[in-house]
Amino acid sequence: MTNFIDRRLNPKGKSLANRQRFIRRARAEIKDAVQKSLKDRTVSDFAKNQRISIPTKSTKEPRFRHDPAAGGEHERVLPGNKDFVEGDQIKKPRQGDGQGRGKDASTSGEGEDDFSFTLSQDEILDLFFEDLELPNLVKTALKEIKSYTWRRAGMTTSGSPNQINLVRTMRNSFGRRLAMRRPKEEEIEVLRQQLVVLKAREPDDHDQIIALEAEIARLEHRRKWVPFLDPLDVRFNAFERQPVPTSRAVMFCLMDVSGSMGEREKDLAKRFFMLLHLFLKRRYQRLDIVFIRHTHDAQEVDEHTFFYSRQSGGTIVSTALEEMKKIVHERYATGEWNIYAAQASDGYTQTGDATRCVEMLNHDLMPICQYYAYIEILDEREMEVFSSEESGAELWRAYRTVAKGWKNFATKRIAKPSDIFPVFRELFSKDHAEAKS
Amino acid sequence: MSDLLFDSSEWDFAQLKRVFSAIEDVALNDLMLDVYPNQIEIISSEQMLDAYSAHGMPLMYHHWSFGKIFAREEAMYSKGWQALAYEIVINSNPCIAYLMEENTTTMQALVMAHACFGHNHFFKNNYLFRQWTNAEAILDYLAFSKKYVSACEEKYGFDEVEAILDAAHSMMDQGVFRYRRPPRPSKVQREERLRKRRQYEEQSFNDLWRTLPGTARDMSADMASVDEDETVGLHAPMNLPEENLIYFLEKHSPVLKNWQREILRIVRNIAQYFYPQMQTKVMNEGCATFVHHYIMNALYDRGQISEGSILEFLHSHSSVVMQPGFDEGRYYGINPYALGFAMMSDIQRISEQPTAEDRDWFPDFAGKGNWRDILKYAWANYRDESFIQQFLSPKVMRDLKLFAVRDKTEDPVYTVAAIHNDAGYRKLRTSLARLYDLSTHQPDIQVVGANLAGDRTLTLRHNRHRGIPLAQNTKDSVLKNIRRLWGHNVVLEEPEDM
Repeated sequence: MTNFIDRRLNPKGKSLANRQRFIRRARAEIKDAVQKSLKDRTVSDFAKNQRISIPTKSTKEPRFRHDPAAGGEHERVLPGNKDFVEGDQIKKPRQGDGQGRGKDASTSGEGEDDFSFTLSQDEILDLFFEDLELPNLVKTALKEIKSYTWRRAGMTTSGSPNQINLVRTMRNSFGRRLAMRRPKEEEIEVLRQQLVVLKAREPDDHDQIIALEAEIARLEHRRKWVPFLDPLDVRFNAFERQPVPTSRAVMFCLMDVSGSMGEREKDLAKRFFMLLHLFLKRRYQRLDIVFIRHTHDAQEVDEHTFFYSRQSGGTIVSTALEEMKKIVHERYATGEWNIYAAQASDGYTQTGDATRCVEMLNHDLMPICQYYAYIEILDEREMEVFSSEESGAELWRAYRTVAKGWKNFATKRIAKPSDIFPVFRELFSKDHAEAKS
Repeated sequence: MSDLLFDSSEWDFAQLKRVFSAIEDVALNDLMLDVYPNQIEIISSEQMLDAYSAHGMPLMYHHWSFGKIFAREEAMYSKGWQALAYEIVINSNPCIAYLMEENTTTMQALVMAHACFGHNHFFKNNYLFRQWTNAEAILDYLAFSKKYVSACEEKYGFDEVEAILDAAHSMMDQGVFRYRRPPRPSKVQREERLRKRRQYEEQSFNDLWRTLPGTARDMSADMASVDEDETVGLHAPMNLPEENLIYFLEKHSPVLKNWQREILRIVRNIAQYFYPQMQTKVMNEGCATFVHHYIMNALYDRGQISEGSILEFLHSHSSVVMQPGFDEGRYYGINPYALGFAMMSDIQRISEQPTAEDRDWFPDFAGKGNWRDILKYAWANYRDESFIQQFLSPKVMRDLKLFAVRDKTEDPVYTVAAIHNDAGYRKLRTSLARLYDLSTHQPDIQVVGANLAGDRTLTLRHNRHRGIPLAQNTKDSVLKNIRRLWGHNVVLEEPEDM
């Protein structure tokens, strides 16, 4: 009459469809919340599961409700009376306190300002990258295969002794011995015993002795003729070199930290670097980040120093490129690493330096980079002045010429946080990638 | 030789079956319960979370609000702020009970007694469930509705379906019949009707119709096919006033398409299915708690469970029936388990060892010893409100130290209206009973007029209960939803003097 059913192995995530609908519904708010949390996180650990709070606006489920506070009369029954007697009067708390404590208020969702829950890493990232595509990734990843791995590839008949496959070899040997009817040692031994016995009992029965001796000789000959292990039997494990797509990337963050880059500029740059990092992280198993800051002199630093410490001095952008080139040569041989670079600057550099930058980019860096993004951080007033793509400071104009020659080189201007995401999308949008490639 | 059913907290299926038969023996032969066949399913905590999010039903159409519940429950659970329920039980035939795999053997025994016999008996026998729900058909109906909703999503798009569901959900409290049961075609009939409808549409398809102005074709199709067995449509009598807003819109809205009406109907049917449960929280939980308490003790008395497990049982039982006082931080209203269990245990006490007071209050059964019959009678024929009105004894009121507080909006103070003393018992009992009358705390909103000849304004009326108005913030958004379904202006009257 009673059924016991073990459902534990049934697929989980029955309400996944509901969750997707929920995220779809609250998309705007969730996106907003994720954006806000950017500021407090480091470049590399942004993309973890995280708890976010969203306003309940779009996910309200309104129902008709009574509002006892607004009028009328009602009665409540409470447990746990201590010293009240009938007719006692209790002062009401001021409006708003003590209301909405019942179960109804908490389940209906009213009264809560925020709804918090945990978004998985995938969901966060999907929100970011719904329609972005890494530029040239497919192309280069498939074309420029330069690293290999050894894969098993069956058996061969030749190879080095340390690769002998014993099981297979012995199996072959056994089969051959069976087929060729190689006499066993025991069989010959039995005949020898018979011979000894025969010689002892009937030393005159020459015919039989000779026959037996001949048989023994024949078998011994056959044993030699069909060896225990023949070179034919031997098998070796075979391996093959297989090309693997490069799955490592390094991301260079270059930033001008001279006096003209204030907190605002750095914050904008940080957000851009974060986004780029996230994006690459999705596509590469291993991702290194190198932070290079520069004034009139460049050095590699850790993340904290990169974003938060100040340095004074002039501005020579080419020093950073020089440093990047050096690090690439030392640590990131081009074949094994996909190299990405993002440079943030306010657009000022020493007069004449821009030419040198262009030269370095054209000759040394662009040929080895998958992608190079230059972000110029302006204030809003400048943004209006330089409304045209063509006009700009020296570095901007110089970089425009690089952009013409390399399709994996991009330049953009941003002035406020809300510019970043659109810019980022534009940089990496599918259309853009297609148009350029 | 020990008769113990189990001696470790790890369970396996053979053991569960043994425990179940022992429980069944007590339930059927001692308590004389009458139950649907049981189907017991063991699930993991993730699956429990899944089940939570869709009203505990094993099947449900997809909607973002269920995803929202899931996200919240998951967050609460993973932070350790809230434990999961030990079981979920579904009013269906066979009665499906979900048991968590993490439960110890003792807990599984408790849960089986609680769900598979307590709730099960209540579902099968209580008049509200008998009258308003179809235990046989609910799973089929849910399967049908799930399929139907996703077919609509595919055909008309997520947004369209979501808009209808959102609007319908916001009226769920006003989407039930309280006094008469609507005619309910079976699932097969329903599918047949849908199939015929679709077939007719396909056969009578003519691209020319598309060129006709306006919605002429839609309208006529609607009227012909909304319900062949019920003569409804725009010209059908509307039987105003109508308390079931969703029903009214489904049948009479001038703008809805067929599939939209069907979705309204699905939401309405589900609301109706849950309506009895909302009216019997105290009784249902009380019944289940009383039954598990009785059965576990009976097993212990028979020597079938050990002292260790009866202590484990008592520990979790007493935390289930704990009632914190109103001034404690953990107070969240009256605990239905506590109230129901206290009242039912008290019925047993009154029946076996009555005091003079009990003989005074319950002359019918005090001292008669037939508490099994009394309880079964009560479980079958009462709902929370009437059960409390009838059976709440002075002793329970004293034990829980109940008191009633009157709150008049214009007064600067609350007034204690009654406490647990001779002068207050009856007043207190009435007050408490009224709190469990759904009609006093769900707004009573009815359709009172639809001006079809003129501008098609739909008039709703909120009949105030003791002068309490509707909350302004939600009122407007729900009205907006109704307007969307009605397609024309909707006004809500709120007469002061009602």
